[in-house]
Amino acid sequence: MTFVRLTAIAGALLALCLAPQDVSAQNRKIKVATEGAYAPWNFVNSQGKLEGFELDLGAELCKRAKLDCEFVAQDWDGIMPSLLAKKYDAIMAGMNITPKRMEMINFTAAYAAGPHGFLVLKNSPLAKMPGGEFSLTKDIAGAEKAIEELKPFLKGKVLGVQGSTTNLAWAEKYFKGVAEIREYKTTEQHDLDLSAGRIDAAVDAHSAAKATMESAIGKDMMIAGPAFSGGILGLGVAVGLRKEDNDLKTAFDAAVKSAIADGTIKTLSMKWFKIDMTPKS
Amino acid sequence: MQPKPFLELMQWGPQGWLDEMVFATVLTLLVAVTGFLFGLVFGMVAAVAKLSESRLSRHIADGYTTVLRGVPDLLVIYLFYFGGSAVVTAIGRMFGAEGFIGLPGFLVGTLAIGIVSGAYQTEVIRGAFLAIPPGEIDAARAFGMSGTALLRRIVGPQVMRYGLPGMGNIWQLVLKESALVAVVGLSVHLSEIRLGDLVVFYETRFSDLLRQAHVAAGSTRQPFVFYITAVTLYLALTTASTWCFRRAEAWATRGMRRV
Amino acid sequence: MLAGVPLTLQLAFSSIALGLGMAIALALIVRAGLRPLSWLAESYVFVFRGTPLLVQIFLVYYGLGQFRPELQEIGLWWFFRSPYYCALLALTLNTAAYGAEIVRGGLQSVPAGQIEAARAFGMSGLTLYRRIVAPIALRQALPAYGNEIILMIKATSLVSTITLMEVTGLAHKLISETFRSFEVFFAAGTIYLLMNFVVTRLIDLAERWIAPDLKRENRVAMVPLDTR
Repeated sequence: MTFVRLTAIAGALLALCLAPQDVSAQNRKIKVATEGAYAPWNFVNSQGKLEGFELDLGAELCKRAKLDCEFVAQDWDGIMPSLLAKKYDAIMAGMNITPKRMEMINFTAAYAAGPHGFLVLKNSPLAKMPGGEFSLTKDIAGAEKAIEELKPFLKGKVLGVQGSTTNLAWAEKYFKGVAEIREYKTTEQHDLDLSAGRIDAAVDAHSAAKATMESAIGKDMMIAGPAFSGGILGLGVAVGLRKEDNDLKTAFDAAVKSAIADGTIKTLSMKWFKIDMTPKS
Repeated sequence: MQPKPFLELMQWGPQGWLDEMVFATVLTLLVAVTGFLFGLVFGMVAAVAKLSESRLSRHIADGYTTVLRGVPDLLVIYLFYFGGSAVVTAIGRMFGAEGFIGLPGFLVGTLAIGIVSGAYQTEVIRGAFLAIPPGEIDAARAFGMSGTALLRRIVGPQVMRYGLPGMGNIWQLVLKESALVAVVGLSVHLSEIRLGDLVVFYETRFSDLLRQAHVAAGSTRQPFVFYITAVTLYLALTTASTWCFRRAEAWATRGMRRV
Repeated sequence: MLAGVPLTLQLAFSSIALGLGMAIALALIVRAGLRPLSWLAESYVFVFRGTPLLVQIFLVYYGLGQFRPELQEIGLWWFFRSPYYCALLALTLNTAAYGAEIVRGGLQSVPAGQIEAARAFGMSGLTLYRRIVAPIALRQALPAYGNEIILMIKATSLVSTITLMEVTGLAHKLISETFRSFEVFFAAGTIYLLMNFVVTRLIDLAERWIAPDLKRENRVAMVPLDTR
């Protein structure tokens, strides 16, 4: 405990030293939560540090919004409650905008959007699922027809999905009763189980699935079946904020828009995802 | 990327995970000590309540120990994790704890462990108190001792003596239970603290041992190495503490007649 | 959440039953004192009691999952493929270690005089164990074993971390969807307390049946000193 107490004392002294200064002249300090287990969006490297697309983008957005941001790691399942409990002030964790989440928190404009689908083993029968690209926002009927065509492939198979995600909501809506759906705390865990052959497919964003394919366990994996986006899968990845923090929303919205406009998001997206994930307006 | 051999994964420094695993062991120890001390406080309060004349306080203490010993610890940790952080953060803010240390997470985890282990400690403390021969207390009273003197010179040392083996067991329990906080991802986050030109801490994140094993397993996708390392380090902790408690017991029972 | 009760009970009782068999074997090996064997059994107990069950579960599930080709080769993959069997294995190995200590304590409590007396009557080997040692040891060990059952029911909550949706797993899902941690906690907590209550009663009955002559003094509240 000694060093905690030392820290507390040091912190108190620090607060005293800083107190007389004019705070408004400085950037506002905020904390941004990320999961740290969702490569390449955000993950922990071997130095124990957070890294990824959202860390780079977050630094850029904060600079533009004139904020001093500190990133903290927070488990996915508690990421919204802890925002509401003011443990931090913003979320950048590959979190999609959904109407259900909007009931609890606020979102900025989306800073990335990409398709979702299945990650399977190359030698699996699921590797032969038909492809295609479908939007659950613009063409629900077409998407649902494609989903119907998948059902014979997935009958009796085991799907791994991270809990409390749009992927889970989607899988439960369309494949409950067809396939067994197993919930995992992190996507890293369902990736391990896919490589071990315990599940037949992982339902995930293509961006994350590609990162898994490049990892130590990914050489026998491939993305199979159609790519789905929109609707129940979410309306793009955005910064999550508390509803009352309107000034933060204004600042982040402007930062996101300028980062889209000047191609910063495209550059970062190419760096981390190898494809352009800039949301189409 | 190819899987890496054990020694390459487990090297000290920025390329490997050994340093992270060792720091994580230290945090696990810290979590366990703090949780144990919280538990001691809860345990003493509940033990006093159980031994008291008041029926109401006896019932409350009974309820506390029954519920906390009957419900899975993981469930208690979830309760604190999801429900507790709002309360604790609010209290923290009242006392001006702002930003400089991720204390709420640490506090929430250790409080949960404290509340659970307190339920076990209650019984040990109560049992140790009841083991004191009543004659000794009467004798001390006859000598004119009272209140604090009685507590300090007669009751205190004996409760310690009788309670130590039980406490040793509970310490082992707490040490193992601290692994549960990994499920909710407790980590102590120390960011930079400046005093003039002196930087006290710079950007350090500690996770507990099992958590660190998760993170490393997820990052390298090689779980076996990290979980087996975690098992070894936990074993080292429990073995070392068994030894310490044996020494402590020998010290506390010195001069006692062995039967 | 009630939907998770069968899985919780199933896991707890299968692991207890399998673990008890292993525990007796381990205790007898340690007691027999055959050097290399007893040393192995002792280190087994030491390792499994000295490390958290949760770590053991992860080691069995994710750790061994890494060795699929090897496990497939020896034909054990069907077992390790299933999270249920992995959980069952980890729980069984764990309770066997704790159970071995309980059984050992029970065997130790058999007074030497009783064994000598039986020997004097010409009893030996299996008969001695069956008619004298086992009944006395069982009587002594039953309360502690009852405790172990309760601890195992609690311990099953940890398997929710490897995708098995028992009571705690469902509670967690419900909390992270609704954020109503208090309500969910009380509902799930009540389920566990009820299960424990029933088990305690059953153990009590078993004790009365096995040892009707034993005076049931106001038993000091059992403190489960071994927890995972």
